[in-house]
Amino acid sequence: MKFSESWLREWINPNVSQQELVEQITMAGLEVDAVEPVAGEFSGVLVGHVVECGPHPDAEKLQVTKIDVGQDELLDIVCGAKNCRLGLKVAVATIGAVLPGNFKIKKAKLRGVPSFGMLCSEAELGLAEEAPGIIELPADAPIGQDIRQYLKLDDVSIEVDLTPNRADCLSIQGLAREVGVLNNHDLTPVAISPVVASIDAPVSIELAAEQACAKYAGRVIKGVDVAKASPLWLVEKLRRSGIRSIDPIVDVTNLVMLELGQPMHAFDLNKVEGGIVVRLANDGEKLTLLDGQEVSLKADTLVIADETKTLALAGIFGGQDSGVTESTQDILLESAFFAPDFMMGKARQYGLHTDSSHRFERGVDPSIQRQAIERATQLILDICGGEAAQVSTAEVASALPQAKSVTLRAAKLKSKLGIEIAADTVTEMLTRLGLTVETTEAGWNAVIPGYRFDISIEEDLIEEVARIYGYNNIPMQRPVAQLNMSAKPEAVKSLDFAKSCLVTLGYQEAITYSFVDPKKQDALHNNAEALVLPHPISADMSAMRLSCLAGLLGAVIYNANRQQSRLQLFESGLIFTPDKDAENGIRQTRVLAGAITGLRHGEHWTLEKRPVDFFDIKGDVEALLQQLDNKAEYEFKIESHSALHPGQSAAIYKNSQYLGFIGAVHPEVAKKIGLKPKTFVFELLTDVLLTSQVPAAQAISKFPSNRRDLAFVVDKSVQVGKVLNEIKKVGGNQLVELNLFDVYQGEGIAADKISYAIALTLQAVEKTLEEKEISAIVDKVVEHLNTQFGATLRD
Amino acid sequence: MNLDAIVAAAELAITEANDLAALDEIRVQYLGKKGLFTEQMKTLGKLPPEEKPKAGQAINQAKQQVQALLNDKRDAFQQAELDKKLAEESVDITLPGRELNAGGLHPVSKTIQRVESFFADLGFQTRVGPEVEDDWHNFDALNIPDNHPARADHDTFYFNPKLVLRTQTSGVQIRTMEAEQPPLRIISPGRVYRNDYDQTHTPMFHQIEGLLVDKDVTFAQLKGILFDFLQFFFEEELEVRFRPSFFPFTEPSAEVDVKTKDGKWLEILGCGMVHPNVLKGVNIDPEQYTGFAFGIGVERLTMLRYGVNDLRSFFENDVRFLKQFN
Repeated sequence: MKFSESWLREWINPNVSQQELVEQITMAGLEVDAVEPVAGEFSGVLVGHVVECGPHPDAEKLQVTKIDVGQDELLDIVCGAKNCRLGLKVAVATIGAVLPGNFKIKKAKLRGVPSFGMLCSEAELGLAEEAPGIIELPADAPIGQDIRQYLKLDDVSIEVDLTPNRADCLSIQGLAREVGVLNNHDLTPVAISPVVASIDAPVSIELAAEQACAKYAGRVIKGVDVAKASPLWLVEKLRRSGIRSIDPIVDVTNLVMLELGQPMHAFDLNKVEGGIVVRLANDGEKLTLLDGQEVSLKADTLVIADETKTLALAGIFGGQDSGVTESTQDILLESAFFAPDFMMGKARQYGLHTDSSHRFERGVDPSIQRQAIERATQLILDICGGEAAQVSTAEVASALPQAKSVTLRAAKLKSKLGIEIAADTVTEMLTRLGLTVETTEAGWNAVIPGYRFDISIEEDLIEEVARIYGYNNIPMQRPVAQLNMSAKPEAVKSLDFAKSCLVTLGYQEAITYSFVDPKKQDALHNNAEALVLPHPISADMSAMRLSCLAGLLGAVIYNANRQQSRLQLFESGLIFTPDKDAENGIRQTRVLAGAITGLRHGEHWTLEKRPVDFFDIKGDVEALLQQLDNKAEYEFKIESHSALHPGQSAAIYKNSQYLGFIGAVHPEVAKKIGLKPKTFVFELLTDVLLTSQVPAAQAISKFPSNRRDLAFVVDKSVQVGKVLNEIKKVGGNQLVELNLFDVYQGEGIAADKISYAIALTLQAVEKTLEEKEISAIVDKVVEHLNTQFGATLRD
Repeated sequence: MNLDAIVAAAELAITEANDLAALDEIRVQYLGKKGLFTEQMKTLGKLPPEEKPKAGQAINQAKQQVQALLNDKRDAFQQAELDKKLAEESVDITLPGRELNAGGLHPVSKTIQRVESFFADLGFQTRVGPEVEDDWHNFDALNIPDNHPARADHDTFYFNPKLVLRTQTSGVQIRTMEAEQPPLRIISPGRVYRNDYDQTHTPMFHQIEGLLVDKDVTFAQLKGILFDFLQFFFEEELEVRFRPSFFPFTEPSAEVDVKTKDGKWLEILGCGMVHPNVLKGVNIDPEQYTGFAFGIGVERLTMLRYGVNDLRSFFENDVRFLKQFN
């Protein structure tokens, strides 16, 4: 809602400055979004009268005028505007005037003719973005008066961002009421008196959908001159409220909407056949709206119809065929109450949102229809002339909102706010808000006026009291609560800890969008089904992610394009997998994912310069796993993943439970998503990752340990992990440490073989192992590996 | 040879010795089993008994003198050797160390962790919830019925009329209250989504929801706890104002603004007393329990705290930007 300060002050003029007023309104919960001057900064512009106007001798498009600005001499001014003509009242920037943009008016010569000033357009005075010609002032504008004074331009437009509950403030009347409460000040509402009918032209009104429309007032005005211009004051009031002047009829209905909060509509009477019927639309019927758009109506939509056709979308938008045009002579004014419960969401169904639908959805005072139609009638008669008929109304009182009575207990008020407010103060506040207040032993009973759709329970009244009392006047206290201890399972590690492990390992946290480019996701996940947003921000942000890969690899590409080639990134968040068995058909799994690329170490005087490979990221992941749970069994298994290199990737299992995947991005996939640097990724299920075991301590052996190094030769196809697992199995509990410390291929080894050097550390808890016991274990291992893998000891 | 001459000769020899080996030869020559002092001791036998102690003492003294000279010289050699070794081993300590890159948390995570920690001290437990949310938890249960104008204000991403990307973390309030009984103190950080993208809006951002439900909870307490939080979070005395506002799930409702350095009020969180309809919806008796809830805009807080100007930079993940917060 945008309005001018001067208009508001016509209704209520408390002794507060503009700044204080704005502050008051904001702190009452009507947040002021903007305060802007209604005109540009200028001076020295006066009302002038064109007393001579003739063609310029040397320029076809210019006119030479003499202007009376009430001074001893007439001013010679050359003007280029087409609408400049004899007898016009104009805005004259005299010599010495300063126009917006610090544009100084000086004596000038235009094609040889001297000019002592300038006739101004609205654009030149900062009243409009653009203007077709110079300002045409009313004939009665006093010659010589300063334009700022005449047009009351020392004014501001105030825009309040109203919350949906405060429909009552979508009018000057409502805002004035609010300012009145804040200042304990009385209102001076605009005087409205009934217009006596001079003709007899009743309107028959049928309310066929009384739950949606229980009150409708109509009035015929005949013989209006629509060609008349709206008076300047009207145009200016609308302009300062952000509404463009259209024609006097529309302007008046807009003014009444802004002033009283009642949206109105005017039909061309001669396009209405018979009476008015307010009914639900027939499913699929077509209506062409005022803006030329044709809509196909749904049966849940309220329309205004006559006996043969649909005229308008009730409370939302007028129809083109029944609208007021230049040739209109007789009009039918509408002022109705459409129920907010019914109107909610209706305009949106058609992609529409109008000043009218905005108000009806939030609630229009059901008691002001008559008042509004009287006010509009008077203004139309004043501007366009004509003869008004009587007001015809139809009303189903039982279907209108009933007066509500709400109880407020003093004890509840105190316990909710934490402060005691004097009873008299509360009574005064509620009364000023327009409530009919009765004090009781426990507190207050208040009857709520029709314009306050937002007050129906005790808390609503508590909020009103708190708001008017001023939130800033409520003291600050601290909550008092029981000290309840809560469970903290030691075996569940925190995500923050896991993240800080990755940070220690050199990873930088990224946060990428949860919706990704479906094309990239399809490339990464082999067209797997994903949840898709039907109305995304853009097509490349439309698919809910199936993994963090698209986002993280996107971040890799983004950084690589900015010369950041050495990257270690991680992200934590939900991934979204369609799953009929999950809540709402979507499984939302928390994962921790990472990506690395570029050199392992930055170029360094002593460190090896080499690109990262699989074992770098595997080492990082192993370090993370060890930190979180070093008692679990981890297994890296070959398992294909559409995004990963088949020879450099693995699925990770923790105690036989799937934990996640790791590997190099598949080169073909990388090409498809535009990823140039060789990149390695991992993604782990957070829940599995963070589950560990509470330590159970065991005695440390006091006896010395023995190390035996064995070099095995096996087929290259044998996975060494399996070899190590077998050794552990066979070694029993006296094998306390197992370490693969060398891998060798080449001279001395057959081409299809590979040699692994493995150190076994053997130790017993109860004694020093004897040589023969050690040999027995080693022999068993050698023999077992031979049977299992054909492994032989290297010579 | 008299003792003085022996000592003098030894001293000369020790001074002239060039290394530990030479020193050892001297030791053998004077102090060895067949050394000069052993010979001297042998002469004691020829002396009268009354002179023996004195002469013996003199020999011993001379011997100790030589021993001391030897020790000193040996220490000097060892010291020199150590000094040489240390000198050889010294490095240019200004050369860069073998790096272990330090990574870092995203600034949004840092803020979330800090906020959590302030409230954890007061017994607020962290809870998380789903981001693809049904309209019940995102709207209806929060007192935002179908077609309510507040729904339109949310720029919601819909999958279908019943399923949305959550527009606020408040749904976690509902999920918590459905499962647990008061007293409740929870905090719930996470991603939220709005269909809006420009200089000051990203379609995904973060909120932290807070909820306290107990007996005798007041609006004055809500003011107190949030005021304290803002002072401690920003570590300066900020001007804070509570401005009446409207959220369907709280009443009274407020928006909290802080005054920035350029004198403008900046809205950073919304809050209020939990609406009785919300409590009733999860079977908590609003006559017995009251509560307050608040929702903090994490990016706003982070921008203000660290002087970030462009909201969008949080999700570009430019490592040069991110590393500033490590």
